[in-house]
Amino acid sequence: MAINPADFEHISKVVKEESAIVLEKGKEYLVESRLMPLVHQEKLETLENLVKQLKAKPKGELHDAVIEAMTTNETSFFRDIHPFETLKKEIIPNLIEKRKDKKELNIWCGASSSGQECYSLAMILRNEFPVLNSWKIYFAASDISNQMLNRCRSGIYSQLEINRGLPAPLMVKFFNRLGTEWQVKEELRKMIQFRITNLSEKWPYMPALDLIMMRNVLIYFDVDMKKDILGRVRKILKPDGFLFLGAAETTLNLDENFERMPYKQSGCYRLKQG
Amino acid sequence: MRALVIDDSRAIRMILGQILKALKFEVFNAGHGLEALEVLKETGPLDLALVDWNMPEMNGYEFVCEVRKDDKYKDMRLMMVTTETEMSQVVKALEAGANEYVMKPFTKEMIVEKLTIMGLSVE
Repeated sequence: MAINPADFEHISKVVKEESAIVLEKGKEYLVESRLMPLVHQEKLETLENLVKQLKAKPKGELHDAVIEAMTTNETSFFRDIHPFETLKKEIIPNLIEKRKDKKELNIWCGASSSGQECYSLAMILRNEFPVLNSWKIYFAASDISNQMLNRCRSGIYSQLEINRGLPAPLMVKFFNRLGTEWQVKEELRKMIQFRITNLSEKWPYMPALDLIMMRNVLIYFDVDMKKDILGRVRKILKPDGFLFLGAAETTLNLDENFERMPYKQSGCYRLKQG
Repeated sequence: MRALVIDDSRAIRMILGQILKALKFEVFNAGHGLEALEVLKETGPLDLALVDWNMPEMNGYEFVCEVRKDDKYKDMRLMMVTTETEMSQVVKALEAGANEYVMKPFTKEMIVEKLTIMGLSVE
């Protein structure tokens, strides 16, 4: 069911006001695919009716449900694989070497969505670097969506999700079967603090960070907000820490203080040295 | 690259075969484990086998055990593609020498992601 231009504009406006996410023309399909399940769930029959309801009650439950639906993203375990290979082979060993005296590592996944990214990273830490078991690890993951954060905390995934990108040996090691679903084992779940954060607003307190994962989220913001977010990343990242963006994202023309690291399709950046 | 699809369902063989052909694999087929071993005698070691679990004559688990007994197939990637979803079955397959495990139903994305995990360059 196609959305009419006026309704698309209204949804774009509401989403931008609440999350700073920009839905440009051409993203109508995204609005339709994300909101039609809500239309059916609320028995509204059409997107037009949904927008009417939204206008009638601008800050109600439906409004929150629309924001939830529009700000959550498809993901998989070890999505795009290359960033995780780079983490495993280059970045984590580099950080372990640099932090071996203090034995502390501070990590933030800035847009955790349904949790696959932060749990993928947690599996790498546990599986590949047993030396870290005795370190003090601060590992925070945040998202704009409460619904997603609850999913993250539960660590429960469907069979379809568990089939996406997760190596079978890691599934065996870090998951338990839970009826027809699969749950991340407690040892990983308790590694990560999940908290609600709107990247376009004030961020909660965090210590200076060694590693920030912010993949496939800047694409949703306009240029000014991208600059603002990267500026804040720069302040919270240690001078020798690392930032990961999505493969299609860049700091170029947004913040000249970052330099891209020469790792294949990894979207890995650090602050310019010296 | 060359791959063998082992499944007693002709429809599944066709679907998996289409996915692999689109990824530039040359594809061979077998309806059960014994037939698959016969195919391998003809082709020699392949890059990949996608293996169903429940099949007549010789099941997928027995096929994996047989293949892993022979050193000349040691580099061949074996991936179970099966309706068996118990953790104990996954463990059993991995211990027997399977490299990966996909639970049916599957999508093309899942297959591609798993092939990448196994180091097969399909991008």
